Amino acid sequence: MRKEIFEPKIVCFACKWCTSAGADLAGTLRFKYKPNGIIIKIMCSSRVDPQHVLWAFKQKADGILIGGCHPGDCHYQNGNLKTMRRVMLLKKLLNDFGVEPERLHLEWISASEGKKFVKTMDNFIEKIRKLGPLK
Amino acid sequence: MKRIGVFICHCGVNIAGTVNVKEVSEELSKYKGVVLSTDYVYMCSDPGQKLIIDSIKNHKLEGIVIGCCSPNLHESTFRNAVKKGGLNPYLCEIANIREQCSWVHVEKDVATTKAIKIVKSMVEKALRNKPLQPIKVPITKRALVIGGGISGIQATLDIANGGYEVILVEKSPSIGGHMIQLSETFPTLDCSQCILTPKMVEVSRHPNIKLMTYSEVQEISGFVGNFKVKILKKARYVREDKCTLCGECTKVCPIVVPNEFDLGLTGRRAIYIPFPQAIPPSYTIDPEACPGFFPIACGKCADVCEANAIDFDMKPEIVEEEVGAIVVATGYDLYSKEKIAEYGSGKYPDVIDGLQFERLLSASGPTMGKILRPSDHKEPKEVVFIQCAGSRDPELHNAYCSKICCMYTAKHAMLYKHRVPDGRAYIFYIDVRSAGKGYEEFVQRAVEEDGVVYLRGKVSKIFQENGKIKVWGVDTLTGKDVEIDADMVVLAMAIKPSKGAQELAKKLKIAIDRDGFFSEVHPKLRPVESPTAGVFLAGAAQAPKDIPEAVAQASGAASKVLALFSSEQLYHDPIIAEVNEEICSGCKLCISVCPYDARVYDKEKNIVTVNEILCEGCGACVSACPSGATQQHNFTDEQICSMINAILS
Ligand code: FES
Repeated sequence: MRKEIFEPKIVCFACKWCTSAGADLAGTLRFKYKPNGIIIKIMCSSRVDPQHVLWAFKQKADGILIGGCHPGDCHYQNGNLKTMRRVMLLKKLLNDFGVEPERLHLEWISASEGKKFVKTMDNFIEKIRKLGPLK
Repeated sequence: MKRIGVFICHCGVNIAGTVNVKEVSEELSKYKGVVLSTDYVYMCSDPGQKLIIDSIKNHKLEGIVIGCCSPNLHESTFRNAVKKGGLNPYLCEIANIREQCSWVHVEKDVATTKAIKIVKSMVEKALRNKPLQPIKVPITKRALVIGGGISGIQATLDIANGGYEVILVEKSPSIGGHMIQLSETFPTLDCSQCILTPKMVEVSRHPNIKLMTYSEVQEISGFVGNFKVKILKKARYVREDKCTLCGECTKVCPIVVPNEFDLGLTGRRAIYIPFPQAIPPSYTIDPEACPGFFPIACGKCADVCEANAIDFDMKPEIVEEEVGAIVVATGYDLYSKEKIAEYGSGKYPDVIDGLQFERLLSASGPTMGKILRPSDHKEPKEVVFIQCAGSRDPELHNAYCSKICCMYTAKHAMLYKHRVPDGRAYIFYIDVRSAGKGYEEFVQRAVEEDGVVYLRGKVSKIFQENGKIKVWGVDTLTGKDVEIDADMVVLAMAIKPSKGAQELAKKLKIAIDRDGFFSEVHPKLRPVESPTAGVFLAGAAQAPKDIPEAVAQASGAASKVLALFSSEQLYHDPIIAEVNEEICSGCKLCISVCPYDARVYDKEKNIVTVNEILCEGCGACVSACPSGATQQHNFTDEQICSMINAILS
């Protein structure tokens, strides 16, 4: 009997200025990647509220990818650093909730890094596939 | 519930080729709130826009979602259409099903399913969008130009002549940039100094221009129309207003260091003027070369200065300025000879770069325009010019073409032949790129009238032997190896962004490309704008350029600044934070995360308010707010959570 492949559901928060633009570039260059992740475009990665992350896991997201500008490049000076701190905190919190912290991932992807967006997305999807569905 | 209209664009086959647009629109027609769901071949076309406008009226739509290309392309098109239809433009949302869906997936069912989810998530957002009005912000009608080369000078003059004040900041002691170092310019052989110095003088005399040389931009904050800049004015230790340029000081100064203006071909004193026509006309003490003045170690210059212009107590100053627009014109540097091992890593004195050769050619240069080689001051009879030194070499050096070297090398060889008629000039080249008005004719003139020998091929090695510089190359047209015993070699080194460009990009929050040049918003359609509104680009800071192109771009940037200044008011995106006064407990967490000082504590009410003009709308305070009292317009927690639901359903 063929085992059904697990297709993880991924929510991707991407800031308008860098990561979402990087994803646009990946499209313009016609790079191909796995379709499991859908982007919610926000102005800055610092808009990601811990409650959004917890909510998404509650709604059975298998993984959450947050993309922001590289340190120093955030359109709003240092929003991305706030995100970084928040993500570190959240990972601890997730452990307490019984969610593997690896299901939350933060990556810096600039507007010119279409390739990096594709790689990050594909690798993350594979990682979550290995972890299996959220329990 | 709001009445939502959904419009799915085929974008020819760009979307419809991979996404089943009919299925998307059908699926969406069943979604909550959606009262109209349709598709069209090109939504951005006139009939496409008309479809939206008419539907708003016919179906009494209260929210619009368009499934199409990236909002970076057509968001404003559609928002304008929606406005024409009588709806507030902020009620219109773009679902990006091209760049983030149809173009990145292959299988149609997979792409279609994803597209449906993307559009649904935007419907969720649209259901909760509020009509917004752009926020009016005042505009400071003063400009800052960074970099005092030809591009910066041109932009400064254009803006100043347009009637606005300009601050021109240059890091070295004089304006003029690289152009002032050049001898004659292609293809007309105009004397570079003769055409530039009048502009430099105009800058120094113009009532609208505040010139700050020997200064560097330290910090930039704010946004279009309202930038705050901190400029470091380094201490010159010579009072510009008193210095009479008598030059007595240099005669007594005991210190000699390499002269950067002549690229090390000559020396200069610790107290110096870069070149006679420097603007501002003043000497400068190089604090690194001077033996020191705390306490004064030498002081000879001060003893002989009759004008009492020397001021050892001068301190660096930080000057704060407010400007509405910024032009970045920081120019270029040459790729260093040391980086090319095959060409001697810069250790042979008679292997020089193009700018050094310009100084040799220049009538005001170290040899008064005579061609004398650096090592022994003899006239070289065999000179080899090598193009693309460090350019067009993706493996070892820079992948790009430096653009100006073909032309200036032709000029170098031609001018060399004018000065040394019995000498021989060889040029090694990969291609000769001479696109430009009068350029091809100029190259032909070098070959036909001046007998310059063009050899197609690369030089593999340069080394010194018996007082000659051996140049080993290959002529790919004849297939033969070429060996030349040269007296001097001139390398057309690659053009690099100037030192400090990267740091400046960080301060301005603008992007640089992989070669380090500043990125424009759109390579074809918006070539003088940086991605940050109000910051414009000019000259070789953006890409290698010759003088006419640099001047054209500078004037382009200046006209953008003038256009900006011609409006009475600017409008600011209203996607800002808002606080619910009933819920806010005045905990002030938001104040600590706001980078713009836009959150202000109101003692009387014990709440923290939002300054609408200062708020840039990042949303950091919203996610920091523990009670949910702060929300971001049209990015509320409720909206984001319902979008998550749509994606995961
Ligand atoms: S804008 Fe990209 S992380 Fe802040």
